[in-house]
Amino acid sequence: MSNNNKKWFSLNLGRKEKAASGSCSCGKTSGGCGGASNSHHITDEEFDVAAINASIGEERTKDGFEQVFDVKMDRRTAFKKLTASLLIGAGAVSTSCSVISSDENKEKSQIDWEEQFKGNYKLMTDEEKNGTVDRLVRSYQLRTGKTISMSSKNAEEDVLFGYAFNISKCKGYMDCVNACVEENNQDRNSQMQYIRIHEMKDGKGFNFNEADDNYYHEVPAEGHFYMGTQCFHCDNPPCVEVCPVQATWREDDGLVVVDYDWCVGCRYCMAACPYDGRRFNWSKPEVPEAEINHNQHYLGNRMRKKGVMEKCTFCVQRSRAGKNPACVEACPTGARIFGNLLDPDSTIRWVLENKKVFRLKEDLGTEPKFWYFMD
Amino acid sequence: MRRLRVFGSLVKDSLDTITHGSKRYHLWMALLTFVMLFGMYCYSIQLEHGLSVTGMTDRVSWGLYISNFTFLVGVAAAAVMLVMPTYVLKDIDFKQAVLIGEGLAVAALIMCLAFVVADMGGPSVLWHMIPGIGVFNFPNSMLTWDVLVLNGYLFLNITIPLYILFRHYQGKEANPKVYIPGAILSVFWAVGIHLVTAFLYQGLQARPFWNNALLGPRFLASAFAAGPALIILVLAIIRNFTEFKIQDKTIKKIAMVVTVAAQINLIMLISELFKEFYAPTHHSESAYYLFFGLDGKDALLPWIWTAIPLNVLATVLLTFHKLRNNFKVLFFCCFILFIAIWIEKGFGLIVPGFIPGPYGKIAEYTPTGIEIGVTLGIWALGAFVFTILAKTAIGIELGTLKYKKNEGI
Repeated sequence: MSNNNKKWFSLNLGRKEKAASGSCSCGKTSGGCGGASNSHHITDEEFDVAAINASIGEERTKDGFEQVFDVKMDRRTAFKKLTASLLIGAGAVSTSCSVISSDENKEKSQIDWEEQFKGNYKLMTDEEKNGTVDRLVRSYQLRTGKTISMSSKNAEEDVLFGYAFNISKCKGYMDCVNACVEENNQDRNSQMQYIRIHEMKDGKGFNFNEADDNYYHEVPAEGHFYMGTQCFHCDNPPCVEVCPVQATWREDDGLVVVDYDWCVGCRYCMAACPYDGRRFNWSKPEVPEAEINHNQHYLGNRMRKKGVMEKCTFCVQRSRAGKNPACVEACPTGARIFGNLLDPDSTIRWVLENKKVFRLKEDLGTEPKFWYFMD
Repeated sequence: MRRLRVFGSLVKDSLDTITHGSKRYHLWMALLTFVMLFGMYCYSIQLEHGLSVTGMTDRVSWGLYISNFTFLVGVAAAAVMLVMPTYVLKDIDFKQAVLIGEGLAVAALIMCLAFVVADMGGPSVLWHMIPGIGVFNFPNSMLTWDVLVLNGYLFLNITIPLYILFRHYQGKEANPKVYIPGAILSVFWAVGIHLVTAFLYQGLQARPFWNNALLGPRFLASAFAAGPALIILVLAIIRNFTEFKIQDKTIKKIAMVVTVAAQINLIMLISELFKEFYAPTHHSESAYYLFFGLDGKDALLPWIWTAIPLNVLATVLLTFHKLRNNFKVLFFCCFILFIAIWIEKGFGLIVPGFIPGPYGKIAEYTPTGIEIGVTLGIWALGAFVFTILAKTAIGIELGTLKYKKNEGI
């Protein structure tokens, strides 16, 4: 996305220009930061030299065991070498040591091993992304006998997602909240919800202090109006800056996502978010098998584990497949509008151009991509 | 090769020293071990069930662990108040105290690291944070700065005393050319660890309670009050129970440091209170919550109203020379000052940062028993580490622990 394409209002507060958005430190926008694309068909000796170089020489750009060992070769060499490298791994150790365990168990422990020591998704090549997705799907199959589909679809070009919320239309039915929980496989025990609907009193303005975001009565309540908040997918997200391990980042299509497997659970991002947009798995998240949404994305609604952050992803599994997020689809009043900000014919662009829109806490310079408006 | 042998003998001798002692010493170590084991049991429960066994929630996502971490960084930084006069300004008064101070810094840093690890949701993937094999978000994330400065400071505070003690162990004088550069570096480093830890909070525009320019300086002032206060108390105990001679002069000089730091801290507190309450804005709500409670929610009131009077009382008492030079008063003042700053800079600082929440929600935080158990366990770990370090250091300094040349040949 270049700056000339930017058509939405932007406050120039503390905004940093990024040379190549969404790429890793080497500046490339696609692929890993190693030489994966330029060194083809290398011999074994060359591989050994390259592997040593890769593991020592360029530690700063390559991260995780996977990225350290698997760069500097094309896919064919990679697969050839995978067998050899596995022999050193404890996955192989455990397989060769255990005579009694079944093939399934061996496969399971091998997957677990590889998953434990894989790299950061943000820095993975497309093949590595496919690899981890395949492992996760297989692992789920081995554990539950059920098949899920998991996507690792990247951001499309010329797409920047944005969201608008019509305060006049929202009646506080909370269908969006329920749809979100079902779509995104959130923990049912702790009743985790990405969306909060704030019930505000008429005549008091946007007074969040006196609003109630946890009501259990019939809506719309007399003399009240409703306003929903969730992750605003800021263009200058403070949560991304503070993460010590880059487990959360802004994708090229504007989605702020989390690699659940890379997160160390320090919760610094949670403290840094001015919009209450992040949630933490304080215990092991549980969803009844029958209620699990099997249509998943690695960065979206796949099953999380204990002790990691998660958040709204504008339903990346849906939005990147050309569908609206679950909250937009579920809203019975049409208060929620979602679309591509770079498409001049999209509804969201119409709203931004024809309505008096505003955003929350604009003074913080976070540049949310979530606008409010009234009829 | 010879050095290695000497070092081996040092380790053997110090192991011998720390396993022998009076009945009271054994009782103390047994008590600490018991508390540590209890803490580990609590931590195992936390590992099994996740952080849901703590009082933390999505609304208040940092609690007792991070509070203690913040406070202890200050205690660690305070060792520098002894290092500077001794090594840099060549004021020999502190030489006896400085090894104790650095031992205290090491113990405090180990506790800091333990608290951070205890607070992590995924301790098994902490290798993601190791530069080289993980992804280290430097320099963007202040947390990575903190990892660097804390570990660097730990390294400095281990190597400098180790070198000096290693020389003394062999009956040789330590070469100032070797340790003075390190000592000077550690002076700047100590200020660094505390400022960086303050910036961790100060840099968050989402939390107005932390996002003020005074936070860093105030961290320093309160650290240089609480840390040396603890050192005075420890020196008093060591003086009482061991042969180690610590002159009155030394304690009086450290007391001076505590007094000045406490006075500056008080001035900054007044400045902060004035800003929050003279013309209160939307951003003053956290301070209102802390001092007066909001919407009838007032869990922190008893704590902060204990801390403030103790803080003022200690500072006033310390200001008068006559009172400060009376050791009974001094020790009392140091004790209450330490408690006051622990409250104020611990959960008095961390918890109100989250209350009210980003949208004004007031959800309170109360630590659970398991959380308190882990916290106690880590404090016991710190005391345990310090006792071991101090006992060895004192043994070497007194000359009871000496390298015997003929041994093993």
